[in-house]
Amino acid sequence: MKLLEYQAKKFFQEYGIRIPRGELVDSVVKAREVANGLGTVAIKAQLPVGGRGKAGGIQFADSPDEAEMVAGGLLGTEIRGVEVERLLVEEKLDFTDELYLGVVVDRRSRSYVVLASREGGVDIEEVASKTPERIVRHAVDPVFGLRNHHCRRVAGLLGYSGEALSSLSSFIERLYRVAWEMDAELTEINPLALTPDGFVALDARLNIDDNALFRHPDLVEASRRGGFSDLSPREKDARDLGLVYVELDGDIGVVGNGAGLTMATLDTVALHGGRPANFLDLGGGASAEMIEAGVSFVMGDSRVKAVFVNILGGITRCDDIAKGLMMARSRMGTEKPLVVRLVGTNEEEGRRLLESQGIPTLETMEEAADRVVSLMGGA
Amino acid sequence: MLEYGSRVVAGVTPGREGMEVEGVPVFDTVAGAQDRHEIDASILFIPARFVLDPALEAIEAGLDPVVVITEGVPVRDTMEIVANARLRGTTIIGPNCPGIIKPGEAKMGIMPEQVFRRGNVGIVSRSGTLFYEIASHISRRGLGQSTCVGVGGDPVVGLDFIDVLRWFEEDDETEAVALIGEIGGDAEERAAGFIAGGGFTKPVAAYIAGKTAVPGKSMGHAGAIVQGDAGTALGKIEALRDAGVAVGDLPGDVAEALVGLLEG
Repeated sequence: MKLLEYQAKKFFQEYGIRIPRGELVDSVVKAREVANGLGTVAIKAQLPVGGRGKAGGIQFADSPDEAEMVAGGLLGTEIRGVEVERLLVEEKLDFTDELYLGVVVDRRSRSYVVLASREGGVDIEEVASKTPERIVRHAVDPVFGLRNHHCRRVAGLLGYSGEALSSLSSFIERLYRVAWEMDAELTEINPLALTPDGFVALDARLNIDDNALFRHPDLVEASRRGGFSDLSPREKDARDLGLVYVELDGDIGVVGNGAGLTMATLDTVALHGGRPANFLDLGGGASAEMIEAGVSFVMGDSRVKAVFVNILGGITRCDDIAKGLMMARSRMGTEKPLVVRLVGTNEEEGRRLLESQGIPTLETMEEAADRVVSLMGGA
Repeated sequence: MLEYGSRVVAGVTPGREGMEVEGVPVFDTVAGAQDRHEIDASILFIPARFVLDPALEAIEAGLDPVVVITEGVPVRDTMEIVANARLRGTTIIGPNCPGIIKPGEAKMGIMPEQVFRRGNVGIVSRSGTLFYEIASHISRRGLGQSTCVGVGGDPVVGLDFIDVLRWFEEDDETEAVALIGEIGGDAEERAAGFIAGGGFTKPVAAYIAGKTAVPGKSMGHAGAIVQGDAGTALGKIEALRDAGVAVGDLPGDVAEALVGLLEG
């Protein structure tokens, strides 16, 4: 789950991380009110998309009048296909240094890694590819945690000393605590500014591990209220049904058991000249009801002209698959052809059930991919 | 697993001590089970939110390997499990994996037996059912498997390809390897570097799933996600081909390639 800037900043503040003074607004009147007394302000569109700065989503205003105007010019417009409904109006601060600071899950070290650089305010990936030596990396051993001495070392390697070293170290410790306690996949401050009053997080990014949402009910609530998501409407519906679904842009519905197998099915269909409409992974051991729900969902997509169900059943039972498919057809009708590849546990029973309904089953993924693509040929 | 020949000697389910399942006694704790039985390893079938405690329990008890089948374990918990395992030298297999199997001998996992037969091909895979698919092709082409390890589909897992390739290098029974990867991360690229650097000298055939993936969306597995330019199927395929690995366009190509590699 990706939090918006203002949501991330709220959490940062709770952890003692300094943020600029400001407030979330959804009207030009509120923008003017908040700007009043803050001097020059930054007005930032709160959107679930990257690159808003380049798309004009971050602007400045020197007075409440100007703030009202700028807000008016942003609210209700679209940036990168998303409507601007909320703005963060916050004081614009002077600074001497702009840093990048992040805590991210690193697969190779199997732990969080603290990344820090004096090249703040620019795309960190560019820094990583052009001048990687400008990035300080520290892999955190979960057994020891991130201690103040680790943070002092990072701050020192960035070239800081004295008071700045101490305060940056504390800053890093706090960001790590945000990451650890909030089950972050990634949290970033870019830029982290050194102002006359100390370090301040000018921007904030916080992506939470979806697998950990069960232990952050407040976040789930915040996300619902915040209304933020980068899922398409169909994907949101699928998520609400508990389906593992990704929308693609073709016309062949694809359902499989297991993520790798389902990805391979998409690739095989594409190799045979077909265009998958979606990825849907039933997972292992799905019940007939879950199978029905998934297949019905794909059949209900108006773009889908045929559905390919690819099953290699280990803990998934082929007779359950057959029952689920039959239920889906009786619910959604039989106009859209169903091509089924069915192998594995209880496959004889599964095949028997499907064939009795006039649904032929195939043994290999390649044959089935070929069959479903040839069905599209006429269309 | 019992049917397959695995020596499952005890089960641990808090609150169920005294019960028996298929003749296997159940205990409240691992320590309790160890008081009565010699135990080497452990496999965990536990809901994602509760995996951390029993995994640490198994590690502390000295069991090795510890196989975690469950999908959905919070990445933070996995990091803790792996870090503690490293202190003890324990091998963690998974999470989010089908387990490990030595055809004809034993399995710690959920893979369907019928697709496997004993032979000389080692398999290492991030995926579950795709691995059964490729194993099935290998068996049907008259080859067989020495040992198969499902490392799991999460971004942080106990083993990566290089760890398993090192084992296969030392294993006399393994004469070639099938490597099954997917989008996300750089485990395949690093394996390619390892192979190119001479760390693994036996022939490798591979298949990488996810050529049709959409960037920024995880495709089922938490670890299967293309971020920016990183972790694409094409990038992995190129890296592996540059290292001399035969990478198939279809899952079935892997078995074909292995037949050729083993004859030559």
